[in-house]
Parts: sequence; C-alpha cells; structure tokens
Amino acid sequence: MPVPDQLEFFIDPGRCIGCQACVQACTECDTHKGQSMIQLDYVDRAHSTQTVPVVCMHCDSPTCAEVCPADAIKRTEDGVVQTARKPRCIACNNCVLACPFGIPKMNTDMHLMMKCDMCYDRTSVGLKPWCASVCPSQALAFGTREEMERLRPNAKPVNTFQFGAQTIHTKVSMMVPRDDAVDWVDVTAAMHEPTMGHEMLDDVFSENLFDDGDAA
Amino acid sequence: MIAKDDQKRDDAHTSSAYRAPGDIERHTVPPDGRPLDEQPRWRQDFPIDWPQDEYVSRRDLVKFMVLTSLAFATGQLWILAKTLIRRQETFPMLPVARVDDVAVGGHLVFQYPAESGPRLLVRTGGAEFVAYDQQCTHLLCPVVPHVDEGMLHCPCHNGYFDLESGRVIAGPPRRPLPRVTLEIRDGVVYATGMEDQAT
Repeated sequence: MPVPDQLEFFIDPGRCIGCQACVQACTECDTHKGQSMIQLDYVDRAHSTQTVPVVCMHCDSPTCAEVCPADAIKRTEDGVVQTARKPRCIACNNCVLACPFGIPKMNTDMHLMMKCDMCYDRTSVGLKPWCASVCPSQALAFGTREEMERLRPNAKPVNTFQFGAQTIHTKVSMMVPRDDAVDWVDVTAAMHEPTMGHEMLDDVFSENLFDDGDAA
Repeated sequence: MIAKDDQKRDDAHTSSAYRAPGDIERHTVPPDGRPLDEQPRWRQDFPIDWPQDEYVSRRDLVKFMVLTSLAFATGQLWILAKTLIRRQETFPMLPVARVDDVAVGGHLVFQYPAESGPRLLVRTGGAEFVAYDQQCTHLLCPVVPHVDEGMLHCPCHNGYFDLESGRVIAGPPRRPLPRVTLEIRDGVVYATGMEDQAT
C-alpha cells in the first residue's frame, strides 16, 4: 500500500531543540531495531546549540540508486526510496559516499546498507513516522500541506536542492522563511565558507586547499 | 565561473520550486531528465522503480521457465530422433573369423563395424558363438570371458555379465552389454549387426 498522496513530511530545522527524541524513537522501529536511521547534526557546535535532524529526503532521481552497482536500491511508486534489498546489496558503500545528504548507513555486520525509509510500515498505512510522532517541537512534521500552511504562517516548504551542478527534487520538504525569495536550498553553500570556530578551511573544492602551508 | 554556475542553476529551476506530492514523478527521473525512450537500454533492464523492477524479475522468471522447458522438450525430441535413426541404421556383414580359428572356450577381439570400438567373440560350444561389446557398461573397462562359469567379468569393479545374454549379474554396471548378432555360413563367422539391449 503506498503512502497517501496528501500526507507529506516536513523538516523545520529552526524548530529543532536537539532533544534526540527522534533518534531514540527511530531505534525503536521494528524493521531496524536498535539502530537509528536519523542523525542529529550540530550546525556550529562552538557557537550555537542549534541542531538539525537529518532524515532521507527521498529524491525523485535518487543518487544512491543511480550509483548502486548491484541494482539493490529501489524507489516505490509513492516516491519513497527504500533500504537496499538484502539479497542484492554487496555492501560496497557507493551509496553512502554518493548521497548529497549523507543518508545511507552501512551496517557492516549485516553487509547491508540501511537508510531512512520514512517508516514505510507506518506511513504506508497512514500513520506518522516514529520521529514525527515523538518530536515535541514538530521540527519533524508529517501531515497535509494545508495543515502546515495554517500552523506555520511564517514558513513555506521547499523541496528543490542544489548540490554543485546537480539539481535535486525531493519528496520530503524543508521549511524556509515564507517571506524569503529563496525557492531552493544549496546543499553545498557552507562548503565555500570557512567554518566558524575552526582555523581549517573545509572547502574541498578550493584550489588553494593545499597551498596554505606557506604561512606555517 | 560562479556566475556561469548560477546561470546554469537558474535554468535548472522551474518557476516554482515546490512540487506538490501529486506532482512528484511516479517514475524515477534519470539524472539527465530525458524521457525513458531516449535513455540507454540498461535503464529498462535495471529500473530504479520498485514495480518496474518486480515486472522485470517476473518477466525474467517466465522467460527462464519457458526457455528451460523448451530446452528439455528439444532434448527429449533429440533423444527420440536419435533412437529412431539408430534403429534404421544398417550394419554391414563382416567376416570375423573362421570357426576353426577359435578353440572352444576361446575368444577373439575384433572391431565391428570396422574402425569402431572393440568387440569380443567367444566360442561357447561346438558351433555356438556369442559376441558382445568388449567395453563394460560401467566405466568402459575391457571385460574378460569366463566360459566355464558362463560369465563375463570386468576386473575393474567386479562387474559380472551373463555370457548367454549379456545381462548384468552382479556389480556396478546398470546396463547389459551391447550384443553383436552373428551368423555362421560356410565355416565363417560373420557379424551382422549390433543390438542395444533393454535393461
């Protein structure tokens, strides 16, 4: 049974309070018991407590599936990209390296890539994913778009992302300020800025990355 | 460089970046965005979409079953054809030996038809001859006649055949020895044909 069309998944990093409830709830899922498919990232740990929950965005052209040499990653008709199929996955790690959002997780003990599948056992019967059902600030929200517009007057959903030259459309939406002209999010934008609180430059695309030795 | 990138990005984005779930593609979009007809063939064979993948697996299973059964059926027909052709096979008449050349209880190895496998001619009595393929039907070792015991013995794995009929008496062979039909005319033993014997 597919996930109902009207139900959508929204991520609002501005509402995240870093309580880890989603991470804990995710480990309770029967399909991957004891292992969380969510990571809670700190935006800038040195200066802020701001956190961002990272769940699979479910791309309409999933890079993980594109790079899979074993034909193991499949997308169901409702647009949910599923965990690798166990009989096919060869644990090569390609998807882990290729995903623009860093979602797939390699379970080396099981030789299987496991990823967030939007709690397919729950959402396909109309229930909320575990993370959205426990999130106290509803930074992870699962509901209709009308509901979101009514409850979040200052935010609008965006599901177009830019990763270098690659444009990504996703099933899951990110909430951005409603007044902003922004209608897509650059996933790599921060890579061109020096990380705050670090001396090291994290820009792997910079040509000068290895020329900074002169100063020392 | 950055300006060029931005231009490219702007081209890639449509007027509204938000797509309602109903608008989300039912089928996975290839990275270059072109329709499936213009995609390389392997995209049809290895679809990312689950239903299409199931369809390919189902089609592969049916293909496998049809081709396998076809192969089995063809094999059966081939065996049948081969049997029919063998039945129609005519053997030449070949003089093997004069009756006097072989002592009673003695034997002689000959090739019949010429240039084929070795056959064994055994004189069991006054004017009684039998001839069989010399190769044991188990692993092709040459069999040794024991006329006084009325048996042919294969020393490799202790297989025993009946001297009168060529049937298996003991040991690992499953099939009787192919028999060579004989005819005695004017004191000369002629081989006239080969008989595959039923088990």
